[in-house]
Amino acid sequence: MGVTLIVRPDAGRRRIEELVRQHEDRVLKRWLEITAAASAGRPDQGDTAARLTEIYQALRQSFAGDGDTSDLHGLLAELSRSRARQGFSPSETASAVFALKEALYEVVEDDGTPEALRGFVWFSKTVDDLGLFTFETYVTARERIIIDQAEQLLELSTPVVKLWEGIVAVPLIGTLDSARTQVVMEKLLQALVDTGSEHAVIDITGVPSVDTQVAQHLLKTVMAARLMGAECVISGIRPQIAHTIVTLGIEFGDIVTKASLSDALAHALRRSGVELAGNRRTRVTVRTEEE
Amino acid sequence: MTASGELSIGGNSDIVLVRQRVRAAAVEVGLSLVDQTKIVTAASELARNALVYAGGGRVRIEIVRNGVKMGLRLAFDDDGPGIPDVDQALTDGWTTGNGLGLGLSGSRRLVDDFDLRSAPGEGTRVTVTKWAR
Amino acid sequence: MDRVPVLKLGDILIVSIQVDLQDQGVLALQEDLADAVVATGARGVIIDITAVEIVDSFIGRMLATIASISRMLDAETIVVGMRPAVAITLVELGLSLGGVRTALNLEKGVALLNHLGGAQIATTAR
Repeated sequence: MGVTLIVRPDAGRRRIEELVRQHEDRVLKRWLEITAAASAGRPDQGDTAARLTEIYQALRQSFAGDGDTSDLHGLLAELSRSRARQGFSPSETASAVFALKEALYEVVEDDGTPEALRGFVWFSKTVDDLGLFTFETYVTARERIIIDQAEQLLELSTPVVKLWEGIVAVPLIGTLDSARTQVVMEKLLQALVDTGSEHAVIDITGVPSVDTQVAQHLLKTVMAARLMGAECVISGIRPQIAHTIVTLGIEFGDIVTKASLSDALAHALRRSGVELAGNRRTRVTVRTEEE
Repeated sequence: MTASGELSIGGNSDIVLVRQRVRAAAVEVGLSLVDQTKIVTAASELARNALVYAGGGRVRIEIVRNGVKMGLRLAFDDDGPGIPDVDQALTDGWTTGNGLGLGLSGSRRLVDDFDLRSAPGEGTRVTVTKWAR
Repeated sequence: MDRVPVLKLGDILIVSIQVDLQDQGVLALQEDLADAVVATGARGVIIDITAVEIVDSFIGRMLATIASISRMLDAETIVVGMRPAVAITLVELGLSLGGVRTALNLEKGVALLNHLGGAQIATTAR
């Protein structure tokens, strides 16, 4: 009859917690060695070492205490931020955390008890979660920056300019998404009210592409302006965009479109009753030198 | 003051009341002016539907949260005859009353989430949500 | 019930909606205007909705109906002062207000009516 080893599930976990406590110096030293080797040649080695030491202690305390990990997570978030500033990639930071497994494994091997081996699986999962947490912190921080920048861009990139008494224009530049088109639409319509303008030009010369949704938004802007008693002209439609609009089967109906902003302005001026002198003689600038 | 609560829709004056309460809640949630106008208009359409097709009903106004986003949820309930063909009722221009047939289909375009549950004889529940941008 | 006053200025009728109208109020306005157009022989009707915060399909339909009735009575209807948020919502709702003329504000509405009147005389003369 063979020997059956019965290990109670939490016995393994308890054994690991003991090992982490008893061999603190050895495991921590080994952990720092491994991470230092991985980031050889980078400045500020001391910073990471100090942070990892703090994390180790917080981890040990979370084992000893009631399992409260808020301190630990705070330290990990700080590690993630400071390493990102030093130019480490998020994978490098996560790897540094994962290295704790390697450091502890040497102690588990020496211990050799089935409890320790069993517990190591649990420990390994715990460290994985910690490493992934640093990764998540990094991603969240990046996302925050991207959202902030998108908002700033939205503010910056939608000026409504007055071209003439009663004529306003929005020169759109860059990729139009649904959110931006909506902001432009609201700003333009408000400008019509504020300036009492009956003509608006939406210039899309600087827009590389238009999808169905954006085209729909442009159409809706024109319709909304009409309901308010103003006329919109869309100008600067590039050949590719005209092609897309026709291919998508979007009905532009009786909306006035012009090839260039100047054509659109001329159209709006004519509609608002301003006479333009046509067929002028070529103008020559004459300059006389003063003697 | 919290803008959440329940209102009953029993007469024409209640439609105006629903509009005012929904407007107050929309301001509290922080919806943009355009989004406020959209949800109030949708509320007006749905309240009138409950009145015209079911002789009255109720609306629950609720401020909801999804992660960091705040939203405004309106649940319109009535004990009317119900809608036999939901898909048809959501088609533009389809109406059994004397309206334009834009109440349901139009309201759907004005909100972010739209849910319509109905069966003949069991009344109708329309739930709409608008999220702050 | 709130009744909206109908003002007469020359041969133009002006209505300014200042309150959140109940449905009966909307229908009453529709009747009052038709009566007033006939009684005064007005050639233009201006409905000012600067103060109106929402236009739903019911009010939208009222505007379109007033325009059709007035046209039958030989008067042109102009809706003025629609707020941007209201216009965007109406477009999204799918309501076109078919046949209703619009202007940015009261002043431009009056100018448009005068312009339309002039155009009519010119056409008859030709």
